[in-house]
Amino acid sequence: MLTAHWLYGISGCLLLALGLRTALLHDMLLQRLIGINVMGAGVFLVLITVAYRGPGIAPDPVLHALVLTGIVVAVSATALALALARRLTAEQDDG
Amino acid sequence: MTAMLVLDILLVLSLLSLATAALATNDARRSVILFMAFGLVLALAWGRLLAPDVALAEAAIGAGLSGALLLTAVRDQAHRALRSSRKPVHERGRANLRVTLEWTVTLLCIALAGLLAWALAQAFDRAPKDTLAQAVSANLAISGVSNPVTAVLLNFRAYDTLLELAVLLTAALGIFALGPARPGHRAAGPVFDGLARWLVPALILTAGYLLWVGAHAPGGAFQAGATLAAAAVVLRLAGRRSVGLPTGHTLHVAMVAGVSMFLAVGLGLLVLGRPFLGYPPAWAGGLILLIETAAMLAIAATLVLAFFGGRPTPAPGVAEKTS
Repeated sequence: MLTAHWLYGISGCLLLALGLRTALLHDMLLQRLIGINVMGAGVFLVLITVAYRGPGIAPDPVLHALVLTGIVVAVSATALALALARRLTAEQDDG
Repeated sequence: MTAMLVLDILLVLSLLSLATAALATNDARRSVILFMAFGLVLALAWGRLLAPDVALAEAAIGAGLSGALLLTAVRDQAHRALRSSRKPVHERGRANLRVTLEWTVTLLCIALAGLLAWALAQAFDRAPKDTLAQAVSANLAISGVSNPVTAVLLNFRAYDTLLELAVLLTAALGIFALGPARPGHRAAGPVFDGLARWLVPALILTAGYLLWVGAHAPGGAFQAGATLAAAAVVLRLAGRRSVGLPTGHTLHVAMVAGVSMFLAVGLGLLVLGRPFLGYPPAWAGGLILLIETAAMLAIAATLVLAFFGGRPTPAPGVAEKTS
């Protein structure tokens, strides 16, 4: 097991926990969304760390493809959430 | 080796402290800007872990477009409305309950991180079998491209990418259904306008390059689509109204382009007696480029729509309300 595996793997786990805590506890919707995004970043970090094999060795492309897909899905989910939040605000302002 | 270790420690510490800072503050704008910085450092980490395709996508999408979306949200809500509707708690009992809840959630999150790290250590201790990675490199020659990530995305696991485009389309339809786009920006001053004149053609050119180069080097439809969307965002910020995003039927065609091209190719191959999305090796390169071009348009259209925050208003004759 490489040092890089330790460092980045544990950071990924910490980011996931940090993001989850914010998503559950924060008062503001926007920070909750950022929390969910940080959670996603933690998962991606774990996946890319697992794909890493050491300097000069080709990493696992399947996990890289998964993370690429994940990044695009995460941004579209964030966009939909922001649009929903905007609509929610408009409704509250009207009512 | 030591220099690499120092870099690793610096990257990891910056990531953790930026994420903590972004999540600890109550100032929404500050939080978003710190999150964008976090995305950029994350792109560096992807580069360090030999994932250049992911690094490109992260820099364009994770740091750039997500940041633009979140900043726009901060701007139009002006801090006031993204707060949840939770009423301030006055009674002491409720406040105690809240503290207990916070500690419980925090401890559970720490336990989750510990459990994950333990599972990860177990996985690393076993010798990696790598059967999937080996299968990819063994079949790379017949995939039609030489970049293994593009081969996985558009050939070996093309189903995943087809469904991902369906997810994007669903998100775009949701945004579309939630109401009209927010009003555009004022016309920019001469400095930004001059910058946009240089930046937009360069971004469009870069998108075309990324699309083409994805076959044999880091790049591809996602990165190209995000770069194209970034060009539109720059135009929008400079006060150009339509930013080249078509309205009406043309926009609908662009939104479904990725999914429909994928399905057309898959069904066409079925008619020819091949498996669904099982490209003949001789055509694979061309078919992948065809699908990627359509996917790039769909991704760009979706991301620009997301930045608009709703259905673009058609009537071009109506004077636009500035904000």
